[in-house]
Amino acid sequence: MAKHVLRLTAVAYILFLLVLPVGLIIWRTFGDGLGPFVEALTSPSAVHAFKVTITVAAWAVVANTVFGVGAALLLVRHEFPGKRLLGAFIDLPMAVSPVVVGLALILVYGRFSPVGGLLESWGVQVIFSTPGMVLATVFVALPLVVRAIVPVLEELGDEQEQAAHTLGANRLQTFARITLPGIRWALGYGVVLCLARSLGEYGAVAVVSGRLVDQTQTLTLFVEERFQNFDQPAAFAAATALALIAVVTLLLTKLLRPKDLSDGN
Amino acid sequence: MAIEVRDVNKSFGATPVLRDVSVDVESGSLTALLGPSGGGKSTLLRVIAGLERPDTGTVRISGVDATRLSPQRRNVGFVFQHYAAFKHLSVFRNVAFGLEIRKRPKDEIRKRVMELLELVHLEKLADRYPSQLSGGQRQRMALARALAVEPEVLLLDEPFGALDAQVRKELRAWLRRLHDEVHVTTVFVTHDQEEAIEVADTIVVLANGEVVQAGSPGEVYDNPANPFVMRFLGPVTEIGGSLVRPHDIEISSGPVEGGSPAVVSRVVRLGFEVRVEVKIGTEEAWVQVTREQADRLALEPGDTVHLRPSPGARSLVLSAV
Repeated sequence: MAKHVLRLTAVAYILFLLVLPVGLIIWRTFGDGLGPFVEALTSPSAVHAFKVTITVAAWAVVANTVFGVGAALLLVRHEFPGKRLLGAFIDLPMAVSPVVVGLALILVYGRFSPVGGLLESWGVQVIFSTPGMVLATVFVALPLVVRAIVPVLEELGDEQEQAAHTLGANRLQTFARITLPGIRWALGYGVVLCLARSLGEYGAVAVVSGRLVDQTQTLTLFVEERFQNFDQPAAFAAATALALIAVVTLLLTKLLRPKDLSDGN
Repeated sequence: MAIEVRDVNKSFGATPVLRDVSVDVESGSLTALLGPSGGGKSTLLRVIAGLERPDTGTVRISGVDATRLSPQRRNVGFVFQHYAAFKHLSVFRNVAFGLEIRKRPKDEIRKRVMELLELVHLEKLADRYPSQLSGGQRQRMALARALAVEPEVLLLDEPFGALDAQVRKELRAWLRRLHDEVHVTTVFVTHDQEEAIEVADTIVVLANGEVVQAGSPGEVYDNPANPFVMRFLGPVTEIGGSLVRPHDIEISSGPVEGGSPAVVSRVVRLGFEVRVEVKIGTEEAWVQVTREQADRLALEPGDTVHLRPSPGARSLVLSAV
C-alpha cells in the first residue's frame, strides 16, 4: 500500500512540475501545425539569436574544457599550497546566483571601471558584447567539466602515467596517450553538461548582454523578450527548440555515463 | 656495475625513509631488496627508476650519473605491483607502447612484440584487453612491456605481491628462468624472504631506511649481520641466551655436555617435520625435528629433554637486556 502511495506521489510530482508544463509548451507550439513553428524559428531575429547562442556556448565550452582538464589534473595530481582553496573556488559558481555573477562582471569590465576602461581604449568591448557573455557563461558552467573528471582521475591513479614515463614517454605524450583516453568518457560527459548549461544560461547573460535585440540576444533572452511582447508563437517555438536541445544532450549524457563506469574498473 | 647507489637520503616530510643508502648491483645479476614494509625498499627502487628524487646522494646507471635524469631518459624497465596496465590498449599495444614512443618502424615493432609475447606465453592473447586477463597474465604482460624497450636494468616493485599464493610460486620460478634466458640486470622488491632466497642471487636487506646486510642468499641466511636479519630470514628460537635456527638444535632424552634441560609442552606434527614446543625454565622455545627423531624419542608433553645447538650451528649471542 505504502509503495503505491509513494509511486503515485512521485508520478504526480513529475507530472505537475515537468511533464505538464513542457508538454503544454510543445502542444501550443505545434497546435497550428509545423508551419508556424518553422516560420517563427526562421525569422531574422530568431536565427540571429541562434547564432549568438551557439557562438557564446562554443567559446564557453572550449574555455571550460581546457581549464577543466588543467584544473582537474592540478587538483588530483599535484600538491601545492592553496589547493583546497582552489577546489572551493571552483565550486563557487554553483552557489552564487547568476545575476550576481553578471553584476560582478559589469563592476570589473564595465566601461567606467579601470579594467573595462583600459580594454575599451584598446578597442575591446566586453560588457554588452560577446566577450562579456562568454565570460558570464564560462563562469556559471565552470565546475561542470572539473567535477566530472576529478573522480575518474582519482580512480585512475598515476601508476599508468608513471609506467608511460619509464617507457620513454614525455609529459605531452603521456597525457595524450594515457591520461586522455583514461578520462575520455568523463570528459565527454562534462563537456555535454557544460554545453547544456551554456545553451540554457539566462540570468548572468541577461545582465551583461544588455539584451540588445539582433545584437546580443541569445535564444533564452529571445524567448523572454518575445513572450513579453505578446508574440507567443515565437516564444513557444524557441522554447521548444531549447527543450529539444536539452533532451538530446540528456540522451547524450545517458549514453556516456554507463561507459564511463565500465571503463573505470 | 650496472647500478651504483651512493649515500642516498630521502625524507617524506619530516619522516626519513632512506638514510645513507649505498647499494651496488652487478651487471646481469638478479638482486632482491628485502625487508619489512615501511623499510624503504620500494622508495629505493623508485629512486633508481627516477620516480622519486633523492634529497642527497647519487644514482649511477651503467656508469652514467642518472641522479637528475627524468625516468623517461633512464632507460629502465619498471614493473608495478598492481601492473599499471594501460586499460584502453590491447595486450599487443601495451607491449608496443615504448617502441611506438621511440618511433620504430611498424614491422620491427610487430616482430619484437610477438617475440616478447611468446617469451611471456601471451602470444595467443595479443588482441585481448587487460580487463580480460588474470592477475598473473597482466603481470607477465607488464614484464614484456618493460622488456620491450631493452632496458639497461629491470626494476620490479613487489611484482607478485597482488597475486594469490599458487600463481606467485609459479611466477617466481618462471622469473628465475626468464632471467637466465634474458640476462638483463634485475632488481626486485619483496617482503617475502622465501621469495628472495629462491629467486635472487644477491639479497640486500633494508630496515628502517638503512641497508643492514648485502650478500648471497646463503651468506645472509647463514651469517646474518644481526639478530634482526636472522629473525627476518627464517625461523629462530632462543636457547641459553643465543638465537638459533630451530632445525640446528640437537634434542636428546639424557643429559648431554653443554645441553640445557627443557620440558616439552606440545608436539605438533606438520607432515614430515615435527615442531616440539618446550619450556627452558620459564622461557619458551621450539625445536624442529624429523618424524623419525620424534618417534624414536617418543616425545610427549611433560617429558624432560636436553637441548644444545648442533655442531656447526649458526647462532647469535643476544646481548643481555
